[in-house]
Amino acid sequence: MLLIEIKDNTCDFCGCCVGVCPEDAIALQEARIDIIEERCTNCAKCVWACPFEALIFHRPVREAAS
Amino acid sequence: MKDRYDVLVVGAGPAGSTVARLVAREGFSVLLLEKDRDVGTPVRCGEAVSNRSLESIVDVDPRWIAATIRRFRLVAPDGSCVEPDLGGHGYVLERRLFDYDLARMAVDAGAELRTKAYVDGLLADGGEYRGVTISLNGERRTVGARIIVGADGVESRVGRWAGIDTTTPFRDMECCAQMTLADVDMEEDACEFHFGTAVAPMGYLWIFPKGHRTANIGVGVSGAAAKHKSPIRYLNEFVARRFPRAGILTTVAGGVPCAATLEDIVRGNVVLVGDAAHQVNPMSGGGITSGMHAARMAAEAIAGALRAGDLRLLAAYPKEWQRSHGAKHRTYHRMKEAVYRFPDERLNAIAAGVLALAPEQRTIWGVFRVALMKHPALVWDMAKTFGFSAFH
Ligand SMILES: Cc1cc2nc3c(=O)[nH]c(=O)nc-3n(C[C@H](O)[C@H](O)[C@H](O)COP(=O)(O)OP(=O)(O)OC[C@H]3O[C@@H](n4cnc5c(N)ncnc54)[C@H](O)[C@@H]3O)c2cc1C
Ligand code: SF4
Ligand code: SF4
Repeated sequence: MLLIEIKDNTCDFCGCCVGVCPEDAIALQEARIDIIEERCTNCAKCVWACPFEALIFHRPVREAAS
Repeated sequence: MKDRYDVLVVGAGPAGSTVARLVAREGFSVLLLEKDRDVGTPVRCGEAVSNRSLESIVDVDPRWIAATIRRFRLVAPDGSCVEPDLGGHGYVLERRLFDYDLARMAVDAGAELRTKAYVDGLLADGGEYRGVTISLNGERRTVGARIIVGADGVESRVGRWAGIDTTTPFRDMECCAQMTLADVDMEEDACEFHFGTAVAPMGYLWIFPKGHRTANIGVGVSGAAAKHKSPIRYLNEFVARRFPRAGILTTVAGGVPCAATLEDIVRGNVVLVGDAAHQVNPMSGGGITSGMHAARMAAEAIAGALRAGDLRLLAAYPKEWQRSHGAKHRTYHRMKEAVYRFPDERLNAIAAGVLALAPEQRTIWGVFRVALMKHPALVWDMAKTFGFSAFH
């Protein structure tokens, strides 16, 4: 499950996150950014590197024991 | 646009446009592809270059120059200023015009150029790549080429598709926020560099004048620091303090791959140049002219390989790059690592130490010598790589 959320209105399409992604999991067109879910390992490096805080890492919610 | 070219260049930044121009000039067919709607914008750059480095790679058009820099001011965390003599001068470019003109010059030399042309994959053919897939104004198509040049900047995906690990180590990525300010008060011939944990931990903040009371200002910090506080916060805080009334003409993000330089920059018929090949000076973060110098080396090797019909001749390019820049960039990278670890008190002490030197010793090497006093091995490395003359 993808835990990274992209804030489209904050992203500046600069490519900094793409450069640090170890899995080549980010595709960046002129003004469109996509994280490829099948490749992303949720390592959060892109989130930490983003100069504009356009990426958010959602911690996995622990399933309540049932 | 044809179905097949001798050379396909991905990315119309300074490195890509320079390869395209120099290869086209030799009579080969070249297609230059840029994903953005405009070559040259948005500008994600401090735009500063050394005059000597720029003049040795291209005939400089005065329109490209927004300001000529004669003084470099390093500001320590306690506010003390050091102005080392760099033994030359600098330019702050107008990169919108500069990048645009380099691309135009490539076209004048015979290259074809397309904007809104997003390359999203390589066409594999055994161990080689026979072309790329592109989305051109939203339409899918393929184009063939004998040689593919990845000049795709910090993202450097072409190299990854060819099997080269071009990921920038997180700590080596300088994560940047940059603005162009209007109506600022500053000396029009002085570049300022600010250091310290409050303004730019593991990096620096720059203010470069651009004439007409405008300035290029930005912050770059290592990914390891950006993780704790983002670059845009550092920049907003500084601008609010120093230039509270300035108008903000541009606001952009960016990343600079300040890694040691990639060993692997040719794989089969794929060649990497510029930021895509981590050819930025890892100490300063400057990559405009080093990428263009590498582009010239790459273009020579490409023309040689095409003429002889032998891709093995591409190996001349990494060899020449290592000879001319490899050792220097590895030393700069080690120097950067050492400086990253300096606490603020140490930076203040360095400024005091340099100010205690006789004025004629206050060169950039004087600064490094004082800064790295406790790192004799590194000083020795510097002397070996840059020549002992640098120390006089
Ligand atoms: C904030 C900041 C400040 C800087 N300050 C300075 C400075 O003061 N001095 C200095 O010398 N250097 C500076 N640099 C570094 C400098 O900007 C780069 O080294 C330089 O731009 C590298 O040139 P390039 O041609 O390799 O790549 P770029 O200029 O990044 O060009 C790459 C091009 O490829 C295009 N592209 C990418 N992927 C694709 C694709 N899949 N398909 C088609 N096109 C694609 C991009 O849109 C881009 O136009 C700075 C960098 C940043 C981010
Ligand atoms: S680093 Fe941030 S601003 Fe830049 S492209 Fe990635 S998400 Fe967007
Ligand atoms: S979380 Fe890691 S793997 Fe996923 S896109 Fe970000 S950097 Fe790449």
